[in-house]
Amino acid sequence: MEDKKRNEAYNRYVKAKIPKTHAWPSLFNSFWVGGVICVMGQGINDLLMLAFPSLSQQSAWAYTLIILIFIASFLTGIGVYDQIGKFAGGGSIVPITGFSNSITSPSIEFKSEGIIYGICVKMFTIAGPVIVFGVVSSMVVGFIYWIISLF
Amino acid sequence: MEIFLSYLWVFLIGGLVCMLGELLIITTNITSARILVTFVLIGVFLEAIDVFDYISDFAKAGINVPIIGFGASLAKGAISAVKTHGLLGVFTGGLTATAGGIAAAIFFAFIFALIFKSHTKK
Repeated sequence: MEDKKRNEAYNRYVKAKIPKTHAWPSLFNSFWVGGVICVMGQGINDLLMLAFPSLSQQSAWAYTLIILIFIASFLTGIGVYDQIGKFAGGGSIVPITGFSNSITSPSIEFKSEGIIYGICVKMFTIAGPVIVFGVVSSMVVGFIYWIISLF
Repeated sequence: MEIFLSYLWVFLIGGLVCMLGELLIITTNITSARILVTFVLIGVFLEAIDVFDYISDFAKAGINVPIIGFGASLAKGAISAVKTHGLLGVFTGGLTATAGGIAAAIFFAFIFALIFKSHTKK
């Protein structure tokens, strides 16, 4: 009984200490930061198409994503992307730049544990599940299409 | 004017998708790994029911830059590889289509992890 009371008090204490995210400003910030990142991607894509007219739309997209990934990885390295992340929340996580950040960030943070067990292992703490779920679900889709194509 | 409008669409759709992610974070307190997984699954689903290309036609980067686009190209790769290689395509298609992004993310992360030091979180 005593324990229960103490746990409740502790839960109240934790609840009071958790930093409150104010819903409306954070929604607004994630909206415009996410929008700006997407506009940047479109801009890079259009510039690439303009500079290299022989590029197919698909390859242009691949280059665009690689450039965005590079920028995000670099910004993570110099510590800027985490600041954007604090400010924009979902706006910095959902774009492909957030995927890049989720790979670079832990590898830098756990660098001190060595190249193999630090960088290479921790690299996939967030990206691992993303790739696993992506591959498995796309294989399910591909398999269903294969079954359909048999008939 | 036409270019301005198309960029406006990119901004609005991209912003909305990201705001949806933020809304998920606020309402359910889920971690960023789950956000990314959720949006990849949405992308795979949209491509599987053949809706993604219609959205992509007017939203362009607004839907391709969010991780939804990553999921969609996984599924698109798997589907188109099945058409050319049959059953083998189920295994090779998805990762082939997204190899550029994954390889770039791993490569740059490795290089920058070697170069930069950790910024202690304040």
